Amino acid sequence: MATELPAFLDLAITAGLVIASGVTLLAGYRVIRGPTTPDRVVGLDAIGTNVVAVAVLFAIRTGRGFFVDIGLVLAIIGFISTIAVARYVSEGDIIQ
Amino acid sequence: MNTIHALLVTLLVAIGSGFLLVGTIGLLRFPDVYNRMHATSKATTLGAASLFLAGAVYFGPQEVGGAGLTSLVGIVFLFLTVPTGAHVISQAAERMGVAFHGDASWPDDDPRDPEQ
Repeated sequence: MATELPAFLDLAITAGLVIASGVTLLAGYRVIRGPTTPDRVVGLDAIGTNVVAVAVLFAIRTGRGFFVDIGLVLAIIGFISTIAVARYVSEGDIIQ
Repeated sequence: MNTIHALLVTLLVAIGSGFLLVGTIGLLRFPDVYNRMHATSKATTLGAASLFLAGAVYFGPQEVGGAGLTSLVGIVFLFLTVPTGAHVISQAAERMGVAFHGDASWPDDDPRDPEQ
């Protein structure tokens, strides 16, 4: 589906990519300066969701549907890493 | 693609980007772990789900790669897993003893009871 996008849709997707990238950098502030460890985990979770959004926007921009699959895999990895870090923080080991 | 199709995708992309921005403002500005987790697990999830819906509308149900149906699967996956992750993080924070901001307390301990 490599058709030419309309001008307003191209502008909207560019603005969405800029917003999602900037928001990822802003969430990195919470990862660096968070007072406690769960703050950093929440910031990393937000970063993972924003990267999924960037992947979907890039799929719409280029017309390649495979990037939606990449976004789904990133969402799965983010969920598993969140569970693992939370268990490690609370219990001291992941698999007992 | 015709104009109505493009307008619908544009509207969904705008809504999703706005929700991502609102969720990250909440992540930066709220004073507490639990408030920050509330902001990200609601607003950011809605933003990403709206962008997935924009992808589903753009690619459509008849694409060869199947990206439209994959986008719908992504919406279901986000709505199932992000609240679970937020709940696990809040349990970990409560076990670490992260305090509330202000004078809030957990429901099962009375601040007037000296035996807690």
